[in-house]
Amino acid sequence: MDGEYDVVVLGTGLTECIISGLMSVNQKKVLHLDRNQYYGGESASLPLDQLYEKFRTGIKPPESFGRSRDYNIDLIPKFLMATGKLVKILRLTGVTRYNMKFLLIDGSYVYRKGKVYKVPATAMEVATTSLLGMFEKRYVKNLLTYVHNYDVNDPKTHENMDLTKVTMGEVYKKYGVSGDSIDFLGHSVALHPTDDYLNKPALDTVNRLKLYADSLAQYGKSPYVYPEYGLGELPQVFARLCAVYGGTYMLEKPVARIVYDDEGKVCGVESQGEVAKCKAVVGDPSYFTEKVRKVGQTIRVICILNHPVASCDNNKSFQLIIPQNQVGRKHDIYVCGTSFVHKSAPEGKYIAIVSTTVETNNPEAEVKVGLDLLNPILDRFVYVLDNYEPIEDGSKDNVFISKSYDASTHFESCADDVVSIYERLTGEKFDWSRAPPEQAEE
Amino acid sequence: MNDINPSAKPVSFKLVLLGESAVGKSSLVLRFVRGQFFEYQESTIGAAFLTQTVPLGDAVIKFEIWDTAGQERYKSLAPMYYRGAAAAIVVYDITNYDSFLRAKQWVKELQRQGNTNIVIALAGNKSDLSDKRKVDFSEASAYAEDNGILFLETSAKTAQNVNEIFVAIARKLPKDRPITDKNEIDNIIIPKVGDTRAEKPGKGCC
Repeated sequence: MDGEYDVVVLGTGLTECIISGLMSVNQKKVLHLDRNQYYGGESASLPLDQLYEKFRTGIKPPESFGRSRDYNIDLIPKFLMATGKLVKILRLTGVTRYNMKFLLIDGSYVYRKGKVYKVPATAMEVATTSLLGMFEKRYVKNLLTYVHNYDVNDPKTHENMDLTKVTMGEVYKKYGVSGDSIDFLGHSVALHPTDDYLNKPALDTVNRLKLYADSLAQYGKSPYVYPEYGLGELPQVFARLCAVYGGTYMLEKPVARIVYDDEGKVCGVESQGEVAKCKAVVGDPSYFTEKVRKVGQTIRVICILNHPVASCDNNKSFQLIIPQNQVGRKHDIYVCGTSFVHKSAPEGKYIAIVSTTVETNNPEAEVKVGLDLLNPILDRFVYVLDNYEPIEDGSKDNVFISKSYDASTHFESCADDVVSIYERLTGEKFDWSRAPPEQAEE
Repeated sequence: MNDINPSAKPVSFKLVLLGESAVGKSSLVLRFVRGQFFEYQESTIGAAFLTQTVPLGDAVIKFEIWDTAGQERYKSLAPMYYRGAAAAIVVYDITNYDSFLRAKQWVKELQRQGNTNIVIALAGNKSDLSDKRKVDFSEASAYAEDNGILFLETSAKTAQNVNEIFVAIARKLPKDRPITDKNEIDNIIIPKVGDTRAEKPGKGCC
């Protein structure tokens, strides 16, 4: 590994693998290391024996659970918005060529007053849903029509509101949207994890509402897609992209230290007695404990089931949102469900992951309302992760650190982090219109 | 490379190459696909995979041939590499016994991780260097027989047995149902770039 590189990347999480793929296609020399023997870091999908090894070292999974390799269990539960930024990145890098297969998530659900409702996905479902009263439906419809027509570049569609200044709370008020309808739009459609957005400029929420509607319109049923064999496929395809363009990969490679020059700029990475010289380093927070700060915790409970979830129409995949107001919290609770259809589990098995941002000293009790909807649960793995973000932006030392994966249900914030790191690292604007690299295929 | 029955619709199969560095994996592919050989072959930059068709009676087999892109070094070949592979060629160098031992490990790995009905072929490459041979033909042949896999000694340099090994694999593949089912529209919802069929009319792709 000793040699000179343009960039050394530490950790093979999704963010890092996208960056190394992009850099390699840009003809930069990339060395990518991971201390684990598998790809994906925190965003890996693990077979059952590796999941046991991680959470219950020394204990083997029961044979009744089926073959270990038939499980691909996500450590971080998320779905892709069908027209979201990660799908755009998949297309503009051309990694969709690598035989990736995506499936549509069957439905999106929301919890209200002890019951689970389907988030209406069609005009017919909006008309018949018991989630909203008759008057509420009209107000919501008027607001959504405004959102649909809103075009940043066309002031005629703005109806005299400057959404970079007017708050979302004020926009709701203008359209007469209140109470449960606000909960519904803000959490189930705009997918805000808290109510903080109400006092912030409305543009972000309007864009989120548009993204949901566009994603839903793409394929129907739900706005989410999910890769066969689990989310862990995503870092692997970007790693292959990087390798195909000449990048070097080393797994099971512990990093001893990061080397800096006299001016404090990074100049190398040392591992097992060798130093890879480089101009910049990119990596996940676990490789830079002194350069990151803790910004809260996320609890995730991975549940293995042998039945579909009745309250979500027995669908083989679903997303369920439990809005904070419904259960007296500040942050929403999410449940992501996949199954053997997505090859995340063997025939007849289902995986449901309950997650939220931790608010108390007893995080498992916080997600009980979600777990209760999944009973009976064959086995569960509870884990709480600290979330980190970099203290500095990398301009001083050329070290660019990603953020931990947040509790959100999709990859939009992850894609934003990728774009931000890419722009700081290259000094160039991220080009969303770049064409996929030429395929040297015969 | 051959005349192809124009009426036959090619059936696509993913084929992966495995084996230690420098045993001639890329050279075998380039000999098969382009009929070329270079003494100092650099890996093909930017190729997700190469394709080549093999006519076989009424059928036409189209191989999508995946090379390791160097990821076999440093224990970093990702599981997604074997996903959906219908066939694998595990390559060793007949002048390097260690590469044969490593090939056996790859066969084991494929039998553990790969498709249950994956067709595996063992290729003892560099057969033109038989004066420096370190792996006996009989030993490799007996190993292949015990494990129910195909075996040929090949030379990317002289082209010996290169087409033959791909044809032998093609004969063992199920013709009715390709294992790479990437064209099942039901499941593919992010279409390949340039493939507009799967997109809804009037909807731009991003």
